[in-house]
Amino acid sequence: MSANKTCVVIGASHGGVNFGTALRKEGWEGKIILIDKDPEIPYHRPPLSKAYLTSPLGIEAYQLKSKESYVKDSIQLKLGVSVNSIDKEKQELTLSDGSVQSYDILVMATGARPIIPPIKGIKTATNLYPLRTAKDVENIQTALLNASTKDVVVIGGGYIGLETAASLKKMGAEVTVLEREERILARVTAPEMSTFFEELHSSNNVSVLTTKNVVAIETENGINTVVCADGTSYKASVIVVGVGILVNTELASSIGLTLENGIKVDETAKTSNATIYAIGDCSYHFNPHYNRYIRLESVQNAVDQAKVAAAAICGKKTVYNTIPWFWSDQYNVKLQMVGLSQGYNQVLMRKEEDLKFSIWYFKDETLLAVDAVNNAKAYVVGTKFIKENATIDKEKLVDTSVVFKPAELLKS
Amino acid sequence: MAKITFITSDNEKIELEATSGSVMQLAVDNGVQGIDGDCGGVCSCATCHVHVLPEHVSKTGTASEIEQDMLELDDNVSEYSRLCCQLDVSDALDGVVLQVAK
Repeated sequence: MSANKTCVVIGASHGGVNFGTALRKEGWEGKIILIDKDPEIPYHRPPLSKAYLTSPLGIEAYQLKSKESYVKDSIQLKLGVSVNSIDKEKQELTLSDGSVQSYDILVMATGARPIIPPIKGIKTATNLYPLRTAKDVENIQTALLNASTKDVVVIGGGYIGLETAASLKKMGAEVTVLEREERILARVTAPEMSTFFEELHSSNNVSVLTTKNVVAIETENGINTVVCADGTSYKASVIVVGVGILVNTELASSIGLTLENGIKVDETAKTSNATIYAIGDCSYHFNPHYNRYIRLESVQNAVDQAKVAAAAICGKKTVYNTIPWFWSDQYNVKLQMVGLSQGYNQVLMRKEEDLKFSIWYFKDETLLAVDAVNNAKAYVVGTKFIKENATIDKEKLVDTSVVFKPAELLKS
Repeated sequence: MAKITFITSDNEKIELEATSGSVMQLAVDNGVQGIDGDCGGVCSCATCHVHVLPEHVSKTGTASEIEQDMLELDDNVSEYSRLCCQLDVSDALDGVVLQVAK
């Protein structure tokens, strides 16, 4: 039935690539075309700020799928090309190479791009990069290699900034992280976690400074001076900016799709236009477990929405219903997170060792989320309680003499 | 060179040969049904679960602590369970048979 049809995907990262594979698996017989302005064979993004930054290997070592697997699944890649415009009546895209591509089904996996804040002097700063693509990483590696000093300033103390700081330290840089808020990771974790990560970086000789609002960057002879509102300043040969993202919604907006903190989609990832779907970082979607619309920047969400959209397009009714999960690697710490902590009114800690513990976010008796440090068990136990909406015995939870198994921790 | 055999939940037998990389990457690159490897091989997602044939456990060794903990995410875990992102392809694996978990 779909043999003569064409499904075009804008964006070939985790969402787009997994969508292509899933669509074929669901039985789509027509063409599948993935378009991305990034010229590289699609790659894993999470390692960019972690293993890949410190690795001598090329980006091919981190590819999502082998070249052969696209051939095997008859998935056509159009890389290094961007979409200039969409004609929703004709169902056609105009691409940056001048060609026109028609579609029967369009999937927007357009993702997001880093914010470059309007700081005075930021455009003339030397060796200043965001970190979102393989090219960004290459730029940072080259800049550090050729810089006259190894001083690096990271603007922004979120996960990207902190992971990048840890990786650059490993590469021999002297790193200072400047965070505007009073604590790092302020938007996403409890104060206990912020303190833990500040101390972790400090013990690895990375300077993490908070309440540092960068107001100007002055550049002279290849050296930047990063100036903060409190009058302090920091020298840097290389600057990495990690202050958040902007969702790529321009194309969606140009054809009048409903936007609301992203491209609004239903439980099958369909937009307000019946022939257009949106998946991954760019989608504003309903999460049944938390009973609200959310937008997520994560691999999990991209992959799970890809599968739901592929099933829906092939006429199978699968509804998006997953518990979000994330991870971060810094130095010898593996942080695994499950759930969404927003709205918590109590935080409990279960601590096995200094470098092995977990933070549990509750709203009254309901477990919302868990942050697990070097503690996969806590991550797994937390996942099970959240999924099953089971009530946890808080006294037993924080008592490490109680066996760490769901059955032992159930509130009777 | 190691020959690695996957048996999928549909009982499809897929024989592959490789010299390096992880067993998960080998499976993903060859479209082995049931092996997703969403996290890219850092033991964070448990989407590459296989059961090693009991007589082949000597080839693979046993799971590390974090791997064992992550395997608990899956109800279908056995004492022969592994996350195959944690298995590196080497001659030691030659001839191993892996049943993809359901």
